[in-house]
Order: sequence, then C-alpha cells, then structure tokens
Amino acid sequence: MKSLLKIIRDFPAYLWSGWGAIASIFLFIALWDVGNQIYGDLILPSPLDTLSTLGTLLNDTKFIDNLFITLNRAMVGFGISLVLGTISGLLAGFFVTASIVSRPIVTILMGMPPIAWIVLAMIWFGMGDATVEFTVVVASLPIIFVGALQGTRTLEDKFEEMADIFRVPMMMKFTDIYLPHIFSYLFPAWVSALGMAWKIVVMAELLATSDGLGASLAMARSQLDTSTALAIVVAMVGLLMLAEYIFLEPIKREVEKWRD
Amino acid sequence: MARLKVENLNFSFGYDTILEEINFEINEGEVVSIVGPSGGGKTTLLRLCAGLLDRQEGEMENSFETQAIAFQDPRLLPWKNLIDNIAFGLKAMGISTEERERRAKEIALKFDLEESDFDKFPKELSGGMSQRVSFARALVTKPKLLFLDEPFSALDIGLKRELQDHIMELIAQKEITIFFITHDIMEAIRLSDKILLLAPDPGRIVKEFIFEKPQKQRDDEYVYGQTAKILSDRDIIETFELEFR
Repeated sequence: MKSLLKIIRDFPAYLWSGWGAIASIFLFIALWDVGNQIYGDLILPSPLDTLSTLGTLLNDTKFIDNLFITLNRAMVGFGISLVLGTISGLLAGFFVTASIVSRPIVTILMGMPPIAWIVLAMIWFGMGDATVEFTVVVASLPIIFVGALQGTRTLEDKFEEMADIFRVPMMMKFTDIYLPHIFSYLFPAWVSALGMAWKIVVMAELLATSDGLGASLAMARSQLDTSTALAIVVAMVGLLMLAEYIFLEPIKREVEKWRD
Repeated sequence: MARLKVENLNFSFGYDTILEEINFEINEGEVVSIVGPSGGGKTTLLRLCAGLLDRQEGEMENSFETQAIAFQDPRLLPWKNLIDNIAFGLKAMGISTEERERRAKEIALKFDLEESDFDKFPKELSGGMSQRVSFARALVTKPKLLFLDEPFSALDIGLKRELQDHIMELIAQKEITIFFITHDIMEAIRLSDKILLLAPDPGRIVKEFIFEKPQKQRDDEYVYGQTAKILSDRDIIETFELEFR
C-alpha cells in the first residue's frame, strides 16, 4: 500500500523524465518519413498517412472488436503462464531435484521456435482461440518459470540465519525475506513475458484464425494495403508501449529501487 | 535465573571433528568470550548455541527469553530502509508499526545515525553506518542474550570504541548477557567476565580466564597489562602458535 502511494507520488517526475524518450521517438518518425520519400507510398507509407489510417481504423467498430479479441487472447494466455509459471518456478526453486529435472525441459521449451508450436497447435486444436492461447502460453511460460526459479535459487542463507536468531515467525520470514528477493526477479520476468505474449498472439492469429489483429494484418497483406498494415503495427506497438511505460515501468522502478 | 549451559558437546562435519567435549555455562548478566584462532570452530559453536545448527551429541540448555545477534558483516536486508532494518527484530516480536518506528528512531539517534539517512537503503550506507544499524537492530529488541560474532573486526578504532561503549553501558546495568566470539584478545579482555580459550583441531576449550574488575573501571592500562599477561600464557602461545614468529 505504502509503495503504491509512492509510485503514484513519483509518477509526475517519472513522466517528466520521458522527454528524452519522446525526442528519440520523433527522430525515428523523421527517419521513417525519409524512407517514405525515397521508396514511395506503396512500400512505406508516410507516418502521417499511417496515423490517419489508424484514426479511421479506431473509429471502425470491427477493428475495435478485433483489437479486443486479440487483447483477450493475449491476456488469457499470459494469465495462465503467470499463474502456472510462477507456481512451478517457485516449487522448482525450493526443491533441488525439481530444479535439476526442470532445467533441460525449460531449455527445450525456450529453444523451440514459436512458429513450430503454432503448426503443432493448429494440428492439435484446429483454427481458433485455443491454438493462439496455447502458443502464447508455451512461449511466455518458460520466461516466468526461469525468473521464479532464479529468484528462489539465489536466496541467501545469511539473511535466513539472521532471522532465525531473532526467532522470526515463518510467515514473516516469507513476506520480509523471501518475497522481496524473489519478486525482484519475478516482476521483470512477468514484464518480458507480457511483451512476448503480445508478439506471439499476433503471429499465431495471422496463421491460425480469421479474427483478431493478426487476421486483420493478414487481410491487409493480401490486399497490398500497406498503410493499413502499418497502422495495425503502430496500434500494437503503441499499446505495448503504453502498458510498459505507463503501468509497468513505474512499478518496476519502485520494486527494484533497493538494488545496486 | 536464565542461563545458557552446554555439556559434553561434540560436533563434526563428516569425518572432521569440529568441536570436542565442550562444556561451559553463561549465567544471566555475564559476558563470556570465546577466543581462538580463525577456523578453530568458534563460529560453529555460536551457531550451535544460537540454534542455527542441529546438535549431534551433548546437552544444551538455553532459557533466555529473547536473543539477538550482530555479525561481522552487517547483514542488513537490502530491500528495507534504515529504520525498517533496525525495527526488524521488533517486528518479529509482533510490536505495532508506530511503536516499532518510534523505538527504532530513538535508538538510531543514539547510535549517531542522522535523520536524513532514515529512508536510505543499505546500498546507500557506508560500512560504518551499516554496522551501527546492525548493532541498533540487535539492541533495540532489548535482548536477554546477545550473540556477537566478531562484530568489531572490520571497524576503525573510533567506531569500535563507540560501539563497545554502548555495550559496556548495558553490561554495567546488568541488562544483558553476552556470548562473544573474537580472535582479538584485547577486545575480549575489555568486555568479558570470562574468556574461554578454544584450541583448534578439534575445537576444545583448553583454558578459562576470569576477570573480576567491573568493565567500566577497566582503563587502557588494565587492558594492556592483562593482555601482556595473557599473551605470555603457555596455552595461549600454543593455541595461537605465537612461538613461530
């Protein structure tokens, strides 16, 4: 609760520090415009064109529906990964045998390209929600699992020893010693898993569904509608940036402030 | 009267005997030091007495209600600020947040910590400040039994003296019992009622020195005099292998 208040209090200062980021985004847009002037509208529509297409798209209820379908799939997949990955990662971290057994499996999972999963999922689950959600889970769960595992494996005995001499009760040991340490590993893992989920969901949709942003992207490609395709990309990236810089980054800063 | 009593304590890691036939007793209000060379089993003995290691052989009785510790490294929780670190032991005792903060702030000021540092995390504190915080954390709980695991060995003379004075004050008021581990004989003479000499391989108590004079009346002359006397003791010379110098 105290840290939540602190996050809100520090928020204006945090936003103010964003000028640098905004400047670099504008630089990127300028380069984009140069690209447009060299290659023409078909290859690379201008930023202005793209934004106006995005404007029309945002007024189109069908696009908004698709957006929410995609958001929903990403969140379901991410939610499952979050719960399963965190729990299994913690368990694996607390038991040496479990961590030895799970490590190679995680390496396999992380090394397997998501596109291969999509193909398998299409065979197993057909075309639809389940395929997309499954792919998102397979791609983002290992990231969270590894975060939880590392957080647990790196717990230091010396703090526990100190706590034992002070006869700290089990519950407080968990909240004051284990949790802050584990969370400082877990939270960044959640953030990168969310980014992964968002990327994978669109890719899976593009191949395996007839609705959602990915499907809209596939449609734009088949019609050679470059400005719509780019507008969808901008919408996707914009949403991720919004989530990351407005919600996650301030929390991350607060959570990790004590770190060197 | 509360006491810590150890009888016929043996301890080994695998085939390595670390401690052999340890017998001693610390009564309420006493300061007992264990002196011996590094790697001689001092820390193992402390860990056994504090209940951090399981006993293998022998008897132990610890009837002190509350206990605390100061280590050689401060062991502050990096995710807690200065005040919350000091209040850690109080929190474990179930004391309310306001009361905790009040008592932590009070003792922090007594230990010369500045109010502007109260919100700082351990990474922002100097080594000396961290050790003060570690001491404050141990003493704020008003422990009946205090374990000191070479807490002065990394400190400069000024800070060492300052922290020892705090301890001495508590000793004079008979408010605390201390189990003190050190390899610094002079430090032990300044603070202890009784010094036990722990010889290594395997760790065993070979001699006991008793100091009657109240700690507060021990001036430098007394400490140096006693140190010189003890350093010429046969057992000390053998234990610390002083002859080879």
